[in-house]
Amino acid sequence: MSQIRVLVGTRKGAFILTSDGKRERWNISDLHFAGWEIYHLKGSPAEPDRLFASQTSGWFGQMIQRSDDGGETWKPVGNEFNYDGVPGTHQWYDGTQHPWEFKRIWHLEPSPGDPDTVYAGAEDAALFKTTDGAQTWHELPGLRGAKGHLWQPGAGGMGLHTIVLDPNRPERIFVAISAAGVFRTDDAGQTWRPVNRGLKSPYEIPDPDAEVGHCVHRIAIHPSRPQVLFMQKHWDVMRSDDGGESWREISGNLPTDFGFPIDVHANEPETIYVVPIKSDSEHFPPEGKLRVYRSRAGGNEWEALTNGLPQRDCYVNVLRDAMAVDSLDPCGVYFGTTGGQVYASADSGDTWNPIVRDLPAVLSVEVQTFP
Amino acid sequence: MIRVVLPYHLRTLTGVDGEVLLEVESPATLGAVLDALETCHPVLRGTIRNSITLQRRPFVRFFACKEDLSHDPPDAALPDAVAAGREPFLIIGAIAGG
Repeated sequence: MSQIRVLVGTRKGAFILTSDGKRERWNISDLHFAGWEIYHLKGSPAEPDRLFASQTSGWFGQMIQRSDDGGETWKPVGNEFNYDGVPGTHQWYDGTQHPWEFKRIWHLEPSPGDPDTVYAGAEDAALFKTTDGAQTWHELPGLRGAKGHLWQPGAGGMGLHTIVLDPNRPERIFVAISAAGVFRTDDAGQTWRPVNRGLKSPYEIPDPDAEVGHCVHRIAIHPSRPQVLFMQKHWDVMRSDDGGESWREISGNLPTDFGFPIDVHANEPETIYVVPIKSDSEHFPPEGKLRVYRSRAGGNEWEALTNGLPQRDCYVNVLRDAMAVDSLDPCGVYFGTTGGQVYASADSGDTWNPIVRDLPAVLSVEVQTFP
Repeated sequence: MIRVVLPYHLRTLTGVDGEVLLEVESPATLGAVLDALETCHPVLRGTIRNSITLQRRPFVRFFACKEDLSHDPPDAALPDAVAAGREPFLIIGAIAGG
């Protein structure tokens, strides 16, 4: 029988939710790292019982924790994230230049093939890498060379929040940064360039051809077709069919195209999911109705998925790293809310049920499938 | 022996239940105590002060003998009562946040 493990990072710790392949009955773990913010935790595809967690605190800074037994036990590993050389400066809110300062790790992306290799996305934005199981970290500084002096923080900070590893080309990596945009390397992180052509941010960036400065909230791919990328931007849902060289809008009939997460069905590369949020000023679902929107056409044509989700008086948000899919058939879809609910659908989004309702605000959701 | 009291979350990280006892050569300075603490418990590197600049983290404070020592330089000698182990050296998470 298949097994599913859902890794949930919250404002006050982490939880591990497990079920069999029916995904009807769930076991909720005890709270891990009580009182610490767990921005993200993710398992190694190469060694699934190896998990990595980003544990942070406004008081005590950054810790990285590693488990080698599926989250039963954890041990602190390397937490030194030093920018390469002189960190330099980036654009600040008032238009001046501001020094790069490490604050926290937003996202951990383990290598698909090597359990000792993990990428880490930092605030202030930078990409770090370990090749020794997270004992030591080094920056890939070429990224900040891609017009880093023009990057600027969004309201939530200048975080590198998305890391997409091309499964067919290990030397190709995409990252997304708020508020700088999407960047791509084709030489394993030595050199990078912005790939934001087609993004429009008229209210934030007067220059319609600006290469950087876009507030990209999330990008996602299907592993069978990594040249096709989907994006939830600050406003606009976007798509690229050429590895990020150009983007076009696919918001179509969405009630609002503001939102944070976007994800792709595990078995249908043209089926994608977003959670529309009313606006950048009102971070809650339109009309108080929590609706996931699904497109089976790769965008533009969207249907609301509401069965099992609250359709009144709902004012939660769903953050950018808080949606994931499993790889069973039918595909399971999962998301967590700032209200502490984790919802699951075992039928590609047709129906939803809460796995758990009263956790701290959910920051991240990842899923491991054990076929 | 210098007696160090850690805040709750750092006790959890170190697995320490109670005070940390440290041997520190005289004169016992603030910096020497923090050096000894991080040598004894490497997991604390970066949690109390920046591991490169050695600057105290903004929401961490140092107290002893009812005095706030947070702004003392690293080479400042700790009070005699702390050096003699009669009073503990307190590392406090500032009252901030939610």
